[in-house]
Amino acid sequence: MSDAVEQPLYQARIPIYTRSVKGHFRNLKWGILGLAYSVYFLLPWLRWERNVGPDQAVLFDISARKFYLFGLVVHAQDLFWLAGLLMIAALLLFFVTGIAGRVFCGYFCFQTLWTDLYMLIERLVQGDRVARIRLDKAPRSVGKLLRKGTTHLLWLLAAFLTGLTFTLYWEDAPRLIVEWFTGKAPFAAYATVLFLTATTYVMAGLAREQVCTYMCPYARFQAVMFDADTRIVAYDAARGEGRSGRHRVARSFKTHEERQQQGIGDCIDCGYCVQVCPTGIDIRNGLQVQCISCALCIDACDTIMGSLGWGRGLVRYTSEKQAAGQPSRIWKPRTIGYGLVLLVAASALAWSVGNQAPLELSVVQLRQPLFVRLSDGRIQNSYELHMENKTDQPVDLVIMMRGLAGAQLDVGKLASLELPAQRSLRVLARVRWGSSQDLKGSRSFAFNIVPQRRTDLGMLSAPATFYLPGADY
Amino acid sequence: MSDAKAKSPGAVQTTGHAWDGDIQEFNNPLPSWWLWGFYATVVFALIYWVLYPAWPVGGSFTKGVLNDITFVDSDGSVKTTHWNTRALLIRDLKEGKEARLSQEYMSRVSAAGYAEILADPEMMAFTRSVAKGLFGDNCAACHGAGGQGVIGLFPNLADDAWLWGGSIEAVSTTITEGRYGFMPAFRDTFNDQQLSDVASYVLSLSGQETDATASARGEKIFQTEQGGCYYCHTHAGTGLKSQGAANLTDQIWTIADVNGTDDPASKKERVERVIRNGVQRRMPRWSERLSPDQIKLLTVYVHELGGGQ
Repeated sequence: MSDAVEQPLYQARIPIYTRSVKGHFRNLKWGILGLAYSVYFLLPWLRWERNVGPDQAVLFDISARKFYLFGLVVHAQDLFWLAGLLMIAALLLFFVTGIAGRVFCGYFCFQTLWTDLYMLIERLVQGDRVARIRLDKAPRSVGKLLRKGTTHLLWLLAAFLTGLTFTLYWEDAPRLIVEWFTGKAPFAAYATVLFLTATTYVMAGLAREQVCTYMCPYARFQAVMFDADTRIVAYDAARGEGRSGRHRVARSFKTHEERQQQGIGDCIDCGYCVQVCPTGIDIRNGLQVQCISCALCIDACDTIMGSLGWGRGLVRYTSEKQAAGQPSRIWKPRTIGYGLVLLVAASALAWSVGNQAPLELSVVQLRQPLFVRLSDGRIQNSYELHMENKTDQPVDLVIMMRGLAGAQLDVGKLASLELPAQRSLRVLARVRWGSSQDLKGSRSFAFNIVPQRRTDLGMLSAPATFYLPGADY
Repeated sequence: MSDAKAKSPGAVQTTGHAWDGDIQEFNNPLPSWWLWGFYATVVFALIYWVLYPAWPVGGSFTKGVLNDITFVDSDGSVKTTHWNTRALLIRDLKEGKEARLSQEYMSRVSAAGYAEILADPEMMAFTRSVAKGLFGDNCAACHGAGGQGVIGLFPNLADDAWLWGGSIEAVSTTITEGRYGFMPAFRDTFNDQQLSDVASYVLSLSGQETDATASARGEKIFQTEQGGCYYCHTHAGTGLKSQGAANLTDQIWTIADVNGTDDPASKKERVERVIRNGVQRRMPRWSERLSPDQIKLLTVYVHELGGGQ
C-alpha cells in the first residue's frame, strides 16, 4: 500500500482570472449581448392585439396547446415546425461553423453570454484581474467578505431574473409575476425558477469554461466540421516567433529594427492574450479544443501591437491554408451543400408556415360497435368528426358527405354548426346506408365540411370507410 | 485536504494514531460537497418534521404546524385540516383550471333544456365526453362499451329500435326508474305444433320466408285470445312501448338471434325457444345512484348512440 498513488477522479479547476480588454470584437460581443438580453428579458412584456387569445406577443400556452408568436398561432398539429426549426438550427450551425469556425460558441451561446455578464459583475465589484487575484490571496476580512458576498448576491439576482423571465414565456407575464410574488403561482413556475436560478448561477458563476470544455457536446462535434479553409483564431507564428523565437521588450530588443536584425519575432510575450482568454488557454500554442473563438485575444494583441505601432493582426482570424500562404476559399462543395440544404429546409418551413391550414378535419370511426343493423334493414356506422378552426374568426360549417349513393347523414339535432375562433369541436355523425342483405365488405367515402359566408376558406374533405356486416375485417 | 496532498503527493493521510508502534489508521475523509449535502438533508428533514405530518405518536401522529389546508369536501362543507395530499387532491379536483372549466360547462348543461343541449354543438361535445365516462362506469357492464348490448340478454342501444321508446323523455324515464321487461313462458300453454306455428307467423311479420299455412295457423293463435300475443305486441305486431314489447315487424331481433343464421329452420327454432321460455329482463333504477344532472347527460348520450327518436 505504501506505493499506492491516489489518482484524482477529475482535474481540479485551475482558477482563471480574466483580464478585461477593449477592441472591435469586444464591442461586437457587447452589442450581441445587449441585443440578446433585450430580446430575452423584454419580449415577454411586449403586448400584441388579437381577436381571440392572450394579448402577449410571445406566449407558449401549454395547457391550451397553442403557441402564440406575434401574428402566428401554432397549434398542436403544427408542432412538426419545431422539428423543422431544430433542423434548420443544426444546418445553420454546420454551415456557419464550416465557414467561420465556432462563431456560435464565441458570440451567441448563452453560456458565453451569461459568463460574460458574470465576469462583468465580478469586475465591477472586485476590480480587474490583478485586484481579484490579490483579493483571493488576501486573508479573511470584512471587506473581502463584503466584495465576495456582493458578487455572489448579484450573480444570484441575475440568475433569478433569468429564471423568472423564462417562466414568463409560458404564462401571461403581468399576471404571473404578481402571482409569483404573492405565492399564488403554479408549482411549476417556482420549480422552474429555482432550477434555472441554480443552473445559471452554477454554470455561469462557478463552472464557466468547464461547461465548454467538458460538458458541451456541441463544442466537441463542431471540430468535425472544420477543414483547412475554416476561419480560426490563430497566432501568426512566423511573424510572432521570427527565426529565434519571441522575446520580451528589453534592452537591445526594443525597436522593431533591432528585433528583426536579431531574428526575434514581433511577439513581446506580454501574456495579454492569455490573460483575457475566458477558457485560460494560450492561443500561441495553436488551435485547441478549448478555444471558443471569442476573439478576445485578437483584441488584446491588437491593442498591444497597435500601441507599439508594429501593425495589427499578429493574432487574427485566418485559416490553416491562409496561414500557410496558400489561397483559401469559402465556397467549398461542403459549404455549398450545407447552404443548399439549409435553403431548402428554410424555404420548406417558410412555405409550411405561410400555408398553415386554416381549418382542420379528421374523422375517427367509432368501432364499438363497428356497424349496427337498423329496423329497416339498413346499416349504420358512426363517426366522430374532429374539426378545428385556426383562424381568429368564428366560422359556420355544414357537414356533407360524398361517395355513398343514397346514404343518409345524421348529425343529430344541431341547429347550426358554429366553430368559434381558435377552437376545436367534436361532432358525432351517423351514416345510414344499404338495405340489401347481400351487401358485404366496406366502402370508401368522404366527409366534407363547407364553410359558410367565408370567402377566404375552402371546402375541406377527409376520407372515411363505411363497414358492412359479413366480411372478415 | 488539498493542502495536505500538495505536501506529499500520492500519500494517503493518516489520523496520526499509532498502535504497537507501526499500525496506523488511514484518514480518507468524505468529500466536503458530499458532507455538506448530507448536512443539508438533515436540516431539510428537521424543517419538514415541523411543517408536515411526520412522526407516529401512539395511535396518532404529529400533524405539522403553520401548514393547514382548506378544501371543500364532497358533502359541500368547508374543512380545514393539517396538510395532506388527499385534501390537496380534493382541492385540485374542485379548484383546478380544468375542473373550473368543466364546472362552468356543467352548469350550462344543467340549466339548459334537452332541446337546447341537442341543438348546441359545444354542449353536445361536452355532454358526450363526460357521459362516455359515466356510461363506461355504470352502463357498459351490461350494454357494452359502445352500447351494442348482448343479443338475448341486454338490448342494443346503438340501433334505432327502442323497446321502451326512444324519445328523450322515455330514455330519461328508463334510466331514472329502471325497467322490468316481461314476456310469459308459453311452454305450458302451447303444444309443439302451436309453438312452431306462432314462430312461423312471427317470422313472417318481418318478411322472413316461412310456410304460409303454418303462418296462417300461427296468426290465429297470435291475434286471438288463444295466445293473446297481441295484448302486448299489438295486432300489427309493432309492440306496445308501454309494455316494452318488441316490434316484431322490423329487422331487429333483440332476444332471438334470427339475423345470426341463414338457415330458416334454425331461425324458427330460435324464435320458438323464446316463446317457449318467455323473457324476464330487469334494468335497475339509477335515480338512487346517479344525480339528476348525471342522468341528464346519460339520457342525451344514450339518445344519440343510435340516433334517438
